[in-house]
Amino acid sequence: MMRQGKSGTLTQRHDGTGLSDEQVIGLLHKMMEIRRFEEKAAEMYARGKIHGFLHLYIGQEGVATGAISALRPDDYIVSHYREHGHALARGLDPKRIMAELFGKETGVTGGRGGSMHLFDVSKSFMGGYAIVAGHMPLACGLALAEQYKGTERIAANFLGDGAVNEGEFHEALNLASVWKLPVLFVVENNFYGMGTAVQRVSATVEVYKRAAAYGIHSEQVDGMDVLATHEAVARLAQRVRSGDGPAFLEAICYRFRGHSMADPEFYRKKEEIERWRALDPIEQMKRRLLADGLISGDDVARMQAEVDRTATEAAEFAEQSAFPSRESLMRDVYADGARGEEAPHA
Amino acid sequence: MPDITYREALRQALRYQLEHDERVFLMGEDIGAYGGSYAVTKGFLEEFGERRVKDTPISESVVVGAGIGAAMAGLKPMVELMTINFSLLAIDQIVNNASKLHYMSNGQIRVPLVMRMAGGAGSQLGAQHSHSLESWYAHVPGLKVVVPATPYDAKGLLMTAFEEENPVVFIEHTALYASKGEVPEDVYRLPFGAAEVFRAGTDVTLIGYSGSVHQAFRAAQQLEEEGIDAEVLNLRTLRPLDVEGIVASVRKTSRAIVIEDDWKFGGFGGEIVALIQEHAFDYLDAPVLRCSGSDVPMPYSMALEQAALPQEAGIVELALNLCEGVTP
Ligand SMILES: Cc1ncc(C[n+]2csc(CCOP(=O)(O)OP(=O)(O)O)c2C)c(N)n1
Ligand SMILES: [Mg+2]
Repeated sequence: MMRQGKSGTLTQRHDGTGLSDEQVIGLLHKMMEIRRFEEKAAEMYARGKIHGFLHLYIGQEGVATGAISALRPDDYIVSHYREHGHALARGLDPKRIMAELFGKETGVTGGRGGSMHLFDVSKSFMGGYAIVAGHMPLACGLALAEQYKGTERIAANFLGDGAVNEGEFHEALNLASVWKLPVLFVVENNFYGMGTAVQRVSATVEVYKRAAAYGIHSEQVDGMDVLATHEAVARLAQRVRSGDGPAFLEAICYRFRGHSMADPEFYRKKEEIERWRALDPIEQMKRRLLADGLISGDDVARMQAEVDRTATEAAEFAEQSAFPSRESLMRDVYADGARGEEAPHA
Repeated sequence: MPDITYREALRQALRYQLEHDERVFLMGEDIGAYGGSYAVTKGFLEEFGERRVKDTPISESVVVGAGIGAAMAGLKPMVELMTINFSLLAIDQIVNNASKLHYMSNGQIRVPLVMRMAGGAGSQLGAQHSHSLESWYAHVPGLKVVVPATPYDAKGLLMTAFEEENPVVFIEHTALYASKGEVPEDVYRLPFGAAEVFRAGTDVTLIGYSGSVHQAFRAAQQLEEEGIDAEVLNLRTLRPLDVEGIVASVRKTSRAIVIEDDWKFGGFGGEIVALIQEHAFDYLDAPVLRCSGSDVPMPYSMALEQAALPQEAGIVELALNLCEGVTP
């Protein structure tokens, strides 16, 4: 069983997050679930079960887990194409995510979206988007709608370091600021956009400084530290919720795998990856919780077995599910059922 | 029925929406304090306040994208893009997001967004301000594309646009804002996908939309003097397209000419020609022709601009030749 720390909780001693011990342990568990899910996805890709682009989140689990645990369950999430971690952190069903990657009808969008386009509106997970920065205006709009309706709901918008050089990034930051929209931008700076290192293409390497030009409160956080990320997002979300306008967080992190499964990784050295692997968010958190006596080695083994089972069951579910029917092809092109022409000989 | 302008007809529809649907708000560049580039929203800011009538930065992409996001969250935004020329800076949002989120999300998301923009040439605004790019939007499944020709169309179609659960690209013609016509004071809605027989005739079908309906009509009046009875179709919407209405007319007349400001190559007229030959080949007495804009960036000088656009005289000549069996 989980053990209590000897002198107060880890939370009180280190981070002031206000999280209970169970919640802190839950963060580790969630990161492990995401890691294992991604490893399983990679395995299924290698076995030809998953096709197209598959962008793994391995290495960055601290960001999605820390950030999304600090939001309310109905706060909108608008993410990019490397979004399995965000979806799992929000509590989307791993089985239905895996089925989506397999292109099956039981997937979160019935096999229409695939890895890059997970949606679950019932969980305010408003999608993964594959046009770099193209989703930022949508996050502004969702936030605008809540401001218009007078609710406390906010929108969290996840993006990569590559997105900051798109015009839509600048348009979105300016609009969010000038209209004081309740949106929190979280840039996951993993130092590369595909194979291009940030400093080779960005005039400002410290991404959070860009927000200052738009009068947006911005901070940088160690995204490899799930608790630090949680703490920062909790604070910024509170600020955004109170009507002070948008906030901006740059989470420093690193992806341990290639950009996608197709990436030969010519652009970075093994030593660099090893240096970052030493900062693995999951191992860091395990070490801390073990050292603080919040968990035992047995607890770790039990959690590992649980996430193994979750990933395995997800893959089994996906495998056993049916592909969408040919008849469903033309459905939902228009919300009123209007149909286009189906290519007769395709 | 009162005679009002195309502009006033649009205003009536917008005012009705603002008064009757709390989910509706308007946003766009200079729609508020300035009163709208084409004065369509003049006075609305004072009347409805900043919450409902929002002046935006000159940021087409985020303005359209924010409209999409607000629609996803259950509101009914109307985004004014000033002109279709500037919509090119938002085309990522329109094509990559608005048109396909309903499908991509497996029906979970709806985007009831109205995007108004002025299009068309003829006002000597030069190459960057004179585009007729409606075919680009009509090409995209998931979008509806509306092209009103008259004040009656403008009000009735805009009313329908706000009933839609889909993104609507609503393209007004710059040269038509001051044009007048009879418009009921009461609320009415015109269905999408139903062309209007603007003038009934038996010898040749002149197919137009937006500004070109009027050219076709004037050409038909001249043709009447030559003893030719032309039918004029006003398409009203390009997507959905009233294929049945077009085919029914062509089956009757056996001849057709499409009139469009758009460039001919790859333009919307080509789609209509293809549909006619697919659905009415056996009824045709002559090839289906297009009277389109010339393949040039629009020049400024009136002499050149008019030379680049379809003209009544050209339509008349094509129709006369077609009816006499002479084809180009
Ligand atoms: C508008 C656009 N341009 C280019 C691409 C191709 N592309 C996909 S991912 C990517 C790199 C993005 O890097 P970053 O934003 O740092 O996110 P990361 O992959 O590191 O999570 C590029 C260039 C795209 N999808 N969209
Ligand atoms: Mg990156």
